[in-house]
Amino acid sequence: MVAESNSTKLISVTLRVWRQPAANQPGKFVEYKASNLNPNMSLLEMLDVVNDNLERQGEDPIAFAHDCREGICGTCSLVINGKPHGPHRGIASCQTYMRSFSDGETITIEPFRAKPFPVVKDLITDRSAFDKIQQAGGFITVRTGSACDANSIPVPKGDADLAMDAASCIGCGACVAACKNASAMLFVAAKVSALGILPQGQAERDRRVLNMVSTMDELGFGNCTNYYECSAACPKLISHDFIARMNRDYLKASIRSKFKPESVSTAGGAA
Amino acid sequence: MAVTGVVLIGFVVGHLVGNLQIFQDPDHINGYAEFLHTMGPMLWVARIVIIAAVLLHVWAAVTLSIENYQARGNERYAIKHTIRATLASRLMKQTGLVVLAFLIYHIAHFTLGYAQTENFKDNLNTYVLETDYKVAGFTVVKEGTEVLDVHSMVILGFQNVWVSAFYIVAVGLLSYHLLHGFDSMFQTFGWRSGRWSPALRKITVLFCLAYFLGNLAIPASILAGKVQLHEGFTREAFEEEVIFDGDLSELDDGEEADQADADVSADSEDDSSNSN
Repeated sequence: MVAESNSTKLISVTLRVWRQPAANQPGKFVEYKASNLNPNMSLLEMLDVVNDNLERQGEDPIAFAHDCREGICGTCSLVINGKPHGPHRGIASCQTYMRSFSDGETITIEPFRAKPFPVVKDLITDRSAFDKIQQAGGFITVRTGSACDANSIPVPKGDADLAMDAASCIGCGACVAACKNASAMLFVAAKVSALGILPQGQAERDRRVLNMVSTMDELGFGNCTNYYECSAACPKLISHDFIARMNRDYLKASIRSKFKPESVSTAGGAA
Repeated sequence: MAVTGVVLIGFVVGHLVGNLQIFQDPDHINGYAEFLHTMGPMLWVARIVIIAAVLLHVWAAVTLSIENYQARGNERYAIKHTIRATLASRLMKQTGLVVLAFLIYHIAHFTLGYAQTENFKDNLNTYVLETDYKVAGFTVVKEGTEVLDVHSMVILGFQNVWVSAFYIVAVGLLSYHLLHGFDSMFQTFGWRSGRWSPALRKITVLFCLAYFLGNLAIPASILAGKVQLHEGFTREAFEEEVIFDGDLSELDDGEEADQADADVSADSEDDSSNSN
């Protein structure tokens, strides 16, 4: 999917990297030369090599987020030449290889830019805003203790597949970074849909969509104006159809919540 | 955005369908205009709903733009990159502003008569309907009714190349605006789903193209001379009438003679409303 050439000819690139010592300090772009690179090394491995050299020279290495390096954890971020996760479709930064760049190219690397994702250092951003949205409704109520019987709740195959499409979200934040409005709609839509499509997610369905959307708004994410940059940048290629689905769910939940009777005991106790 | 957008799409489509009657004999468009005016309070209800929709649409656009700008944070991207957002979606603000400017001009032109005052319907001879004007089979304006000559106003207006050019550019940009707006409506209301997406996109493109061609047809046909002034139209007769009907009492108050034109138009408006 990513191999452009089988060449093993070494390449050299110029890096233009955002350096910012701390959240409250100003940042700037700094250029670094990276020479004699194996084209089959990943972009992050290239950064490791650059950092090794920086450390040898007594300089502060470039801080960047990474963990699994196999495209499933959602830790790596990076906006590479203006595109979150680099030039390829459906690929995270960690699986972007140097063969995707040409010899002598200048590669600009920036952190994800969004007000709710403040820069911690260099290319690392604090994406805990996503955790707050998850905590607002990204869960289901299940009995604890012994495990339930596996097939006690029938789930149609089509529903399971659709829910899995949404559940493939790794929460990396590329949708926010790519969106021209820094909107988190694709992330929230994926989380809302992954549970809302399944029978196990029905109990909290209305509450989930209302709470997650309002938390998203409170955190200062932008609004969706249907550019569809999010789904194009998503390393898991989650469709923006889930956003339409969430809009539909949100509308229904808003109407239903207005008419839903409340128990006297939970509504404040006054009889 | 979407709710007000739907109201406005409904209006512009209805407006276009009504105006396409210019291609029929003058009885149609003039009877139609008279029919709308006879609706009285209902016309104002419709106007208020449309004005409110425009204001809310603009308010929503401004609010969203500010919020979206702030959501990016203080540092912007050094490299601006677009993966697949359409040009139409990225130019919504610009196309919207041109359409808003045109909207103001259009109302000043054909509704209020501030632009091209000499061709304004109130300043032209009235037109006498030769046949009944019917809506859904019911006669709403009777044969022989004296009505404002909207037909001639529109033709005289669009015979000016610059007026037509501005109109064509504006409806072109409005169609382009709708290319994103109409499509977005399906998404915002949650009507889009994987299976329907390509069909909805095709419906959007066809709608916008049909809307543009329909609007283009009016000034284009007038400029090409395909739609011409009706035989009874004369400007001279009206000018004589002005001399006769002109109410000079206002001038007695020592007002500038320059205001005579404005007074005449105001008077003729009164006359026409009296004749109803």
